[in-house]
Amino acid sequence: MGDQSAAKKPAVPAAPSDEVMIEIIDMHKWFGEFHVLQGINLTVKKKERIVICGPSGSGKSTLIRCINRLEEHQRGKIIVDGIELTNNIRNIEQIRAEVGMVFQHFNLFPHLTILENLTLGPIWVRKTPKRKAEEMAMYYLEKVHIAEQAKKYPGQLSGGQQQRVAIARSLCMEPKVMLFDEPTSALDPEMIKEVLDVMIELAQEGMTMIVVTHEMGFAKSVAHRVLFMDYGRIVEENTPEMFFENPRHERTKLFLSQILH
Amino acid sequence: MASAAQPTEREVLKPPPTSVGVVGWVRANLFNGFFNSLLTLATIFLLYKTVPPLIRWAFIDSVWHTGGQGCRQATGACWAVVTENLRFIIFGFYPYDQQWRPLTAMLLLFLLLFISRDRRYWKKSLLYTWVIGLTAMGILMRGGILGLQPVESTQWGGLPLTLLLSIFGLTAAYPLGVLLALGRQSQMKGIKTLCVVYIELIRGVPLISLLFMSSIIFPLFLPEGVTINKILRAQVAIILFTAAYIAEVVRGGLQGMPRGQYEAAEALGLNYYLTMRLVILPQALKIVIPPTVSILISAFKDTSLVVIIALYDVLKTTQSVLSNPKWMGFSPEAYIFVAILYFLGCFSMSNYSRKLEKELSTEEY
Ligand SMILES: Nc1ncnc2c1ncn2[C@@H]1O[C@H](COP(=O)(O)OP(=O)(O)OP(=O)(O)O)[C@@H](O)[C@H]1O
Ligand SMILES: [Mg+2]
Repeated sequence: MGDQSAAKKPAVPAAPSDEVMIEIIDMHKWFGEFHVLQGINLTVKKKERIVICGPSGSGKSTLIRCINRLEEHQRGKIIVDGIELTNNIRNIEQIRAEVGMVFQHFNLFPHLTILENLTLGPIWVRKTPKRKAEEMAMYYLEKVHIAEQAKKYPGQLSGGQQQRVAIARSLCMEPKVMLFDEPTSALDPEMIKEVLDVMIELAQEGMTMIVVTHEMGFAKSVAHRVLFMDYGRIVEENTPEMFFENPRHERTKLFLSQILH
Repeated sequence: MASAAQPTEREVLKPPPTSVGVVGWVRANLFNGFFNSLLTLATIFLLYKTVPPLIRWAFIDSVWHTGGQGCRQATGACWAVVTENLRFIIFGFYPYDQQWRPLTAMLLLFLLLFISRDRRYWKKSLLYTWVIGLTAMGILMRGGILGLQPVESTQWGGLPLTLLLSIFGLTAAYPLGVLLALGRQSQMKGIKTLCVVYIELIRGVPLISLLFMSSIIFPLFLPEGVTINKILRAQVAIILFTAAYIAEVVRGGLQGMPRGQYEAAEALGLNYYLTMRLVILPQALKIVIPPTVSILISAFKDTSLVVIIALYDVLKTTQSVLSNPKWMGFSPEAYIFVAILYFLGCFSMSNYSRKLEKELSTEEY
């Protein structure tokens, strides 16, 4: 965990294992008549880190929200850690407890203190004793460098601090996968780095991560694979080096030229 | 603090002084501009014309202890109508020598309410305390055991009855209203329809007609020989009525909740019940404290409508005193007294809600 040499290295990704964490097979989703996801196939290994990018409205958020059933898919299969997502409520709750999610707008619970935000899941879902949950919460708050704010309310923190709390809140559930939906795009520029740093540290510890982001620096240093989505399909997928230097599809090239200007 | 002592720091600016004594305040608030000055003068004149005579009537020329005859000779208020009949106004037809029992019950109730003010005591133990307290009050009112002489509920009246109807009514209506609001938001069509129909039906009729129905029409459907206590029926009518209004207010609060809150809770693996209980309701109910308290206050006052089904609440006992020829004509004094009672109830409710809102606020530092 607190591996000194890892902290010095420029975040070289550890190799993913061979075990499958998430498997998505020919998954479709419609919003009414609108075909948002048009046959997604994706396998994520344990300890693998995937960055998803693509133009607005291409279905990135919808895709990762399907993985923890915040959106329901209508065709195909999603298997998370060996459990298939069906209408079975027990399965859904079990999967949600194993899959952490960080939102663009943090979504902290404003009526609870930072500490209470963090202990809510462990106490009520994992049935961890309160004392132990609080210890764990303080451990993760240290990790995101914000332990001194434990007694405050979310409304009293800056955006960057709130997002780090949100990450810690997910980590308190000791998830097997973390999903990030544009975690830095609601932040002021000077706060983006503090959040990305936390995410990079997380990556170094071997967390399985799926990150929707347009932070290409982050993708380069952390991702094993970058996926490009357009019109509800995964159009291109490659290692970050190949993806940025040698994009194959026209749409990818166009997108990259817009992002990197 | 020692701004001058720090050589390199920027000078610490204090906020400019806002008040310059009484004169400054008066000038800033009462005489800032021609129109406001005029208004202030007019108000002072009106107060001068009305307040001294009122004080003279209520306090200086008033009589406090005398029979009806003495009252007729007095030029001021005849508070004797209240003081001489206090026990009847407060306790109604409850047996005279037993009236210490409702009095004790009321004191117990006030004590419980007072303890419950403090949010630190909001624990399971408080719930048990209430259960024990309410049982004790019930035994005190009803009697029949522990050597207490039984008193039929038909003899209950006055302030205890008003408090019974309103406190029970409000505490039962609130959770019911929350459940109805949740039901109305439910994904399950059957539950949703049921709640919508209920809410709209109840809101479509005045409380008076519900009270009539519960006291006159409802018994017609009961089988021969079965009777349900009249107070209980009125109580149920009040609960059902108030709950529908609370439901709509709470629904407003629920709709105001951002979707991200539901999603964050669900993403943690909280089920529907826990999401509602731990994340959504605490916030939604807090937002709607002001309108909820308005409803509770008007429900409290509406309990006085039970006079029309011949329950002797505190307003009705006052009326009966006034219908006694000896005290006829002193209704202002008597009604002022009842108004003060109601005001104390309503005022403490709204006061408390403001305190609660402040305590629950998480915005300030
Ligand atoms: N609940 C919904 N109901 C109907 N349409 C929706 C809903 N959520 C998203 N959509 C539509 O689905 C499409 C994909 O949305 P999604 O949020 O997945 O895009 P995205 O790739 O995350 O875009 P962005 O970069 O703007 O976040 C969009 O066209 C959006 O309008
Ligand atoms: Mg999105």
